[in-house]
Amino acid sequence: MLNYFIKKSIIFVDIKRLLAFVFLIYSVVKNRDKTKKALKIALKTLVKILPVMIIIVISIGFMLGFLPSGIISRVVGEQAGFFGVLVTAALGSILFIPSLISFPIAASLLDGGASIISVSAFITTLTMVGVITIPIEVREMGKKITVLRNIFSFIFAVIIALIMEIIL
Amino acid sequence: MNSLKDNKTTEKNKQKKAILRDYLIMGVALIAAAAILLILPERSGAVLNTTKNYFIRLITILPAVMIIIGLFSVWIPRSTIIKYMGKTSGVKGILISLALGMLPTGPLYIAFPMAAALLKKGAKVSNIIIFISAWACIKLPQEFVEIQFMGINFTMLRLSLTIFFVIIMGIIIEKIIKFTRKNPELIKK
Repeated sequence: MLNYFIKKSIIFVDIKRLLAFVFLIYSVVKNRDKTKKALKIALKTLVKILPVMIIIVISIGFMLGFLPSGIISRVVGEQAGFFGVLVTAALGSILFIPSLISFPIAASLLDGGASIISVSAFITTLTMVGVITIPIEVREMGKKITVLRNIFSFIFAVIIALIMEIIL
Repeated sequence: MNSLKDNKTTEKNKQKKAILRDYLIMGVALIAAAAILLILPERSGAVLNTTKNYFIRLITILPAVMIIIGLFSVWIPRSTIIKYMGKTSGVKGILISLALGMLPTGPLYIAFPMAAALLKKGAKVSNIIIFISAWACIKLPQEFVEIQFMGINFTMLRLSLTIFFVIIMGIIIEKIIKFTRKNPELIKK
């Protein structure tokens, strides 16, 4: 299933790079100084995120290499049913991972036998519900909006996951 | 002025320290990983293969993502976003909130103070909720990574569903907030 996805996305991989390239050329033509600044920011962001990325990639290798096959699918796969979805959704709400890194993790879970419903619930709650950032959110936005937003985000994340499981 | 400069330099030093710490942790993790694979060589093939596979997929997409993040942060500063969010309402307001939230501008906790400032300026609650949610989960460069790892079908379906439900959520929350403002005796929270 995942292999099928990867093959299908190869064309789009090139479009993504092309887009970045076209933007870059446009930016150079319009303003060289600003482009230099942009590339500096790009490099800084890359340097900042690289060690975390590498640690995650190694962990994925160990997880898929060492965990006995079937354990992931038992906890968050088809066999786990709706409970597995709630587990990953809750996990996604609590964990504080940049979404950039969440996609390789999600893909590895899928490789390891997790269901689409669990994985998509995980990605969506990871980004939309933030238990750790709730104090900041309450301070800035007030209690009412914070509580409502997080509760609704959690519910809709599960609904989105359900629909995805049905369609895909 | 001077203290402001000092503040900036200490902030920079802090960041440098954090980055250094991350690289140290990475080094320890690499050594530990190598040690484990040497002790248990029968699993090392599978582990190395998977690691290599994921690393290649990641490293081939990261430069493009980073360049786009850099370009956007230079060409579209945060003040522009606040200017455009303003008081617009209706379908136009929804679309603008979605579009501005999708720009690659930083982590979610930066969005909260911006959203609070916009609320005070009179922006609609529904648009603010849509803005925050789009900011949280529909970031343009991140979606490149999602396509790379999860495939185009998964990504597009999740995105369109998310956009749909984010709009509905914004409208529902605004209705609830208006209702509780009109009936303050009903609030128990």
